[in-house]
Formats: sequence, structure tokens, C-alpha cells
Amino acid sequence: MRRFRAFVKKEFYHILRDWRTLIILIGMPIMQIMLFGFAITNEIKYANIAILDLSKDHYTQEISNKILASDYFILYKNLNNRKEIHQVFKEGKIKEVIVFEKDFARKLDKEHTASIQVISDATDPNTGTLLLNYTQAITGKFQVELNKHLEVPLQISIEQKMLYNPELKGVYLFVPGLITIILMLISAMMTSISITREKELGTMEILLVTPMHPAQIVIAKVIPYLILAFIDAIIVLTLGYFVFKVPIHGSLILLLMETILFIITALSLGIFISTKTNSQQAALLASLMGLMLPVIILSGFIFPVANMPMILQILSDFIPATWFILIIKGIMLKGSDLTMIWKETAILIGFTLLFTALSIKNYKIRLD
Amino acid sequence: MLYGINEITGMTETYSIESKELTKKFGTFTAVDNITFQVNRGEIFGFLGANGAGKSTAIRMFCGLLTPSGGKARVAGFDVFTEREKIKQNIGYMSQRFSLYEDLTPIENIKFYGGIYGLSKQQIKKRTESLIDQLGLQKVRNTLVGSLPLGWKQKLAFSVALVHDPGIVFLDEPTGGVDPVTRREFWEMIYEAAKTGTTVFVTTHYMDEAEYCDRISIMVDGRIEALGTPAELKTQFDAITMEDVFLKLARPEH
Repeated sequence: MRRFRAFVKKEFYHILRDWRTLIILIGMPIMQIMLFGFAITNEIKYANIAILDLSKDHYTQEISNKILASDYFILYKNLNNRKEIHQVFKEGKIKEVIVFEKDFARKLDKEHTASIQVISDATDPNTGTLLLNYTQAITGKFQVELNKHLEVPLQISIEQKMLYNPELKGVYLFVPGLITIILMLISAMMTSISITREKELGTMEILLVTPMHPAQIVIAKVIPYLILAFIDAIIVLTLGYFVFKVPIHGSLILLLMETILFIITALSLGIFISTKTNSQQAALLASLMGLMLPVIILSGFIFPVANMPMILQILSDFIPATWFILIIKGIMLKGSDLTMIWKETAILIGFTLLFTALSIKNYKIRLD
Repeated sequence: MLYGINEITGMTETYSIESKELTKKFGTFTAVDNITFQVNRGEIFGFLGANGAGKSTAIRMFCGLLTPSGGKARVAGFDVFTEREKIKQNIGYMSQRFSLYEDLTPIENIKFYGGIYGLSKQQIKKRTESLIDQLGLQKVRNTLVGSLPLGWKQKLAFSVALVHDPGIVFLDEPTGGVDPVTRREFWEMIYEAAKTGTTVFVTTHYMDEAEYCDRISIMVDGRIEALGTPAELKTQFDAITMEDVFLKLARPEH
């Protein structure tokens, strides 16, 4: 145990003395979540919209006024018919079109229900969704005011339509994806680099001549990265929760346990890479090309797995990150408990055992 | 405490390293071919040979890094097949490649190696102070090793290899790239260690260093072709310097 402590201490010296890496390790997650967070959730002000009022009555007039009186919207154009909708979108000047159906006031008074259609330009899905939410909020308020004096409530239903990119889900869920990527980067890449560095410098040879068992050496080397990765995960979660109000519906303990499991999976992958490579450069390249790109592109972080061609969907099954993203999305957003994510958890454990076994096998081959 | 049975006389003697017909094969290639020799306690044993002659493979077997294919060997009294962990606890090792951490200070390096050899806190503290004193490193004790001159680094690396008081220290081309003055100082340290009973097993490419050894073996193509004191070898091969001996053996066609 004393040996082990001396070793872990040394690893911390390496990390703490290399301030450039340290800044990346701590700064990167903060920077990334700020960038992602603000790029996605920042308020939109003064968005250009067009209105197609097919009813032109006192209600539609009032709603239009309320919408335009807010800071969020500016009237770019009044439209006269539906054909103009696509035209005005193609000009690229507007983000949203609001359509009031024919006989809006009559329907609302007689049938107690009338519809507004909101059409958003979803090439920028975040903006589209936000504007839709604003519109809904404003009409919702108007509805409440109307209903104050009535016994039978009036209903204005909002019919929404996302143009150009109907698949919005996943885009908001950047926090799970971000945690996954950062953990992968720190755990797998940094450990593979740190182990190959000892090989490159020749110190690994000296270490193997000492009474420390190779497994002890490797475990001592990865412990600091486990701690660092865990701290980073907590930073991202905290920022996500407090700054961007990303909910954690499920058990926090379960979330943290799963996080540690995934860190260990990534660490075992990093160790595996380091048994296959002999220089820091090769390890870096292998980690970047072999891990980062698939994790970003195939794991469902940015592009929904369901929309991928079959071959890529199958491929994404072989990426540990895919399963971890499912796990934390489940816990954070759906409030899943272990009974709902046991399959994904088991798969991650399987990956960990596989990488560990492969590393041990490679290591033995190299010694003989 | 390092007893073994002398193969020829059958008498008990104090050998540090004992190798009998030790062999290592990689597939069909025989890297080390039936090497037999003994190294006495406190001896400075030169292990010479051209690059690729099999020196490194032999050293790796003695250090417990490689399993031999055949033969027998005991290091510090322990079997290289079955008692590798005990061997590792009783040997020090310094390689031609620089073996300290450049982003640690001399003190931290000593403490680290002391720690992984399982020394107690008090032992480490005592060892650290005496090593720093011996090497005259007081002024740079808290400077990162990376900024020290190469000669100092090598001397420090040697001290670190001795931090746990091993019975045997393996030095694999320890003076590569070091200036003559520092090499001289380095050899004084080797003598110092040998005097206190540490066995020194050293490989080198410098033939003047070979002359400093008590005994020398010269490996050619995996076999030991010559073994004896420098004077004996010069007589045997009718040579004036060790360099001539080496050239005659390693390049027989010249």
C-alpha cells in the first residue's frame, strides 16, 4: 500500500506540474458547457416574423399586437395567402410565420376553440423551438385573460410545424453528450498518453524491474485520471443543473455510480490503446481518430442514432459511449432507475471486462 | 547470505549471479545461447558484446523481465524461473535510457523510488539526505531534474538505483553520452558501491571502462566467447588493449 501511495503521488506531480494539460483538463469542460449551453439556450430577441391573418378580426388583431409588443418578435411582413409562406422563408429573413385560421373569432366565440398555426424554420432547430415556446406563452396568457370573465373556457390551440428538420430531439440534450465526450477524452486519451510516455522515456522498463506488479503500476497510473474525470463530470453536471436548468429526474447516486462505471470503461480502453502503441503521438492519434470521432458522430450525441443508415447503427452499438449516453439520458431526463437501464449497464461492464482482458493478453505477448 | 553451489567444485560459495547454460529463444532465433558464468559478491563484472549480441536479453532474464527458454540461473540467491519477485526486491537497475522523471526534483525522484521499493518513511528520509549529501546536490535538491546537466542526472540515476540497498545493481550502458570527467566520477561511485559489497553488473561500449572491471565476459552471437580478468584476456588473445581483444572476437574476419 505504501508503494501504491508513493506511485499515485508521483502521478499527481506529473499532472500538476504540466500546467498546460491541467488547464485543458479543468478548463475544457467548463468552456465546452458554456459554449454549448449559451449557443443553445440563449434568449432570442427581435426575431423577424411574418403573420398570415386569414381572419382579420378583433381577436387576431389583439393576439398579433401582444406578440409584436414583446421584445422577442418584430413584424417583417404581413402575408396574404399560404403560397407566400415558403417564399418568405426562402428569402431567409424570417424565423417564424404565424397563421390565424379563417373565422378565428367566430369559432372561438361559438365553438370555444380556434387554431393558430406556428411554422418555424427548423434549419436552426433551437431558435425554432424557442420562438415557438415564446409564441405559445404569449397566446397562453391571452387565453387566461379571456377566460377570466367566462364560465365555459375558450381554447386557442397552437398547431406547430417544424420545417426542414423535424427531428429535434437530442439537440437539447447536450449535457449527457458533453459528459460522455469529456470522460472519454480524459480517461482514455490521457491515460493512454501517460502510460506510453513512461514507455517512451524508458522509465517503464525501470518500473517493471521493481517489485511492483505491472497491474499495480497500471492501476496507480490511472487513479489520478479517474479522480480528475469524476471531478469534471461533477463540474459539467453542476453547471448544467444550475446554469442551464438541465434536470436530473433520477437518482443522483445512481447517476454518479454509472459515471464511475463509464470512467472505468474508458480507462480500460485507454490502457488497451497503450498496450498497442509505443509513442505518445501514436496514442494521441489512436485516441482521437479511434475514439473521439466515433463518439461524437456515432454515439447519438449530435446525430440521432435512429436516423443513421443501418450499417452505422450497428457500428454505433460497438461504441461504449452510445450506451452511456442512453444511461445518463435515462437517469437525468426520464428519471430511470436501475431496472430500466440494467441492460446498458451490463453492456458497459462487458466492454470493461473485454478491454481489460485484451490488455492483459497484449501485455503478456509483449513480454515474451 | 547469497549462497550457491559451485558447479565445478561442489563447494558452497557466495555467488551473486550464477548462470548455467541459460538460453533464450525467440521462435527459431536463439538470442542467448547456453551462457554459463558466476559473478562473485562485490565484484565489478563487465558484460561486453556488440549490439545485438544478446546482452540485453540476458540482462532482462537476470532481472526477471523475461522467462528463459532453458538452463538455470540464480540471482541474489533466487531462481529466475520461480522467484522473480524476490529477485526484483534485491536488485537495482539503471538503463542506458535516462531513468529519472524530469518533471520531478531529485528529492521527489529518490522518495518515489524509495516508496515503490517499500522503504519506510524514516528509511526514505535518511536515504534521501545521505544521497543528496554524497552527490553534492544540496543546491539543486528542489530543482526539476530536467534542468540538471546530464552528468549529474546519471549520477543521481545511479544513486536512485541503489536507494533500497540492493545486493546487485545492473547497469546497462550507464555512461552513454557522458563526458570523460563525469565518466571518471561515475566509475568512482561504482567502486564505492562495490567496496560496500554491492555486486556491479555493467555493460559498456567504452573499452577503457572495460579495463576498470574486475572480470569481463564478451558475448558474440548469443554465446560467451571470452571470460576473465582484463589482463588474462589480453594475454589469451595476444592483444595490447581491451579494444583489440574485443575487435578480434566481435569481428573475427578482420
